[in-house]
Amino acid sequence: MIIGMGIVTFLPRMLPLIMFRGQELHPFIQGVLKNVPYATLGALIFPAVLYIQEDIWYGVIGAGAAFLAAFLGANVIVVVIGSIAVLSAYSLFF
Amino acid sequence: MTINQGTEFKKGIQAGISIAIGYVPVALTFGLIAKTTGLSLGETVLMSMIVFAGAAQYMSLSLLALGTGIFEIILTTFIVNIRHFLMAASLNEKMETDRVFKRILYSFGITDETFSVAATQPGTVTTGYMLGLNSIAYMSWVFCSGIGFAIGAGLPQTLQQSMSIALYAMFIGLLVPSMKQSVKVVFLAVVAACLNLVFTMTELLTAGWAIVAATLISAVLVEGIETVKKKGKVTQVE
Repeated sequence: MIIGMGIVTFLPRMLPLIMFRGQELHPFIQGVLKNVPYATLGALIFPAVLYIQEDIWYGVIGAGAAFLAAFLGANVIVVVIGSIAVLSAYSLFF
Repeated sequence: MTINQGTEFKKGIQAGISIAIGYVPVALTFGLIAKTTGLSLGETVLMSMIVFAGAAQYMSLSLLALGTGIFEIILTTFIVNIRHFLMAASLNEKMETDRVFKRILYSFGITDETFSVAATQPGTVTTGYMLGLNSIAYMSWVFCSGIGFAIGAGLPQTLQQSMSIALYAMFIGLLVPSMKQSVKVVFLAVVAACLNLVFTMTELLTAGWAIVAATLISAVLVEGIETVKKKGKVTQVE
């Protein structure tokens, strides 16, 4: 079962890198593929971030802290550690 | 050449530290639940080593607990991970050209997180960078799965809870700088997030498909609008 799961996970990750290797795709498709990372990030963050704990404020505050830190130009690692720190403080007080 | 690859590998490892931190609570919990579901330590670590996909591994545990058949578990894994097809196709545009076996090697390590970090890098991404990024993420995932099994969730509960924000904070940290630079990125992310909310709230699609559909529709829609706008400008000039 584990090997089967491994194969079906690996195939979608591997095939595009082999199939489209060195090929010039249509400019519109290239444009769409360049958009994918930012659209994916949007969909990965929301709404899942609201459900990380039963208390919905956890996600709201954590995401808010991360957004603020990132907006002020903090490095990704600082954003991560900062939002963990903010939530630790939050759970200490509430 | 070798030295160059070495520094790229190091850069990849540095960029992967956020992922490694983010995987800690997720992998520890996976190890713990695997234990309570009745897997052995070997099976737990093996699954993390061979599958290396958080959402699918969690899902397989709840299906196992329900007594679901092996074929259904494999099919569900496939459906949950089909989104990586889209990510790999997107990454293909960004990677340096390299031999097939190297591409196969790093394609194994494409997850939501490694993809997000690599795809938001400026310029072309090298094979060495990708391998460094994947290695640190992979090690964190495999080791912490084992540790979670061996000692139970491990971290104090408050820290475990606070750390559940880590991966989302990383996604936000990757997205926001690009949002500041381009309105297009803001639209892409917001449209995809709203679509994903609608798909999951209405239970129209399962989580895996909702992300694929939301991403594709948003990426095509925004690209379409931009193309139409450009054409409009060209005709105006003419």
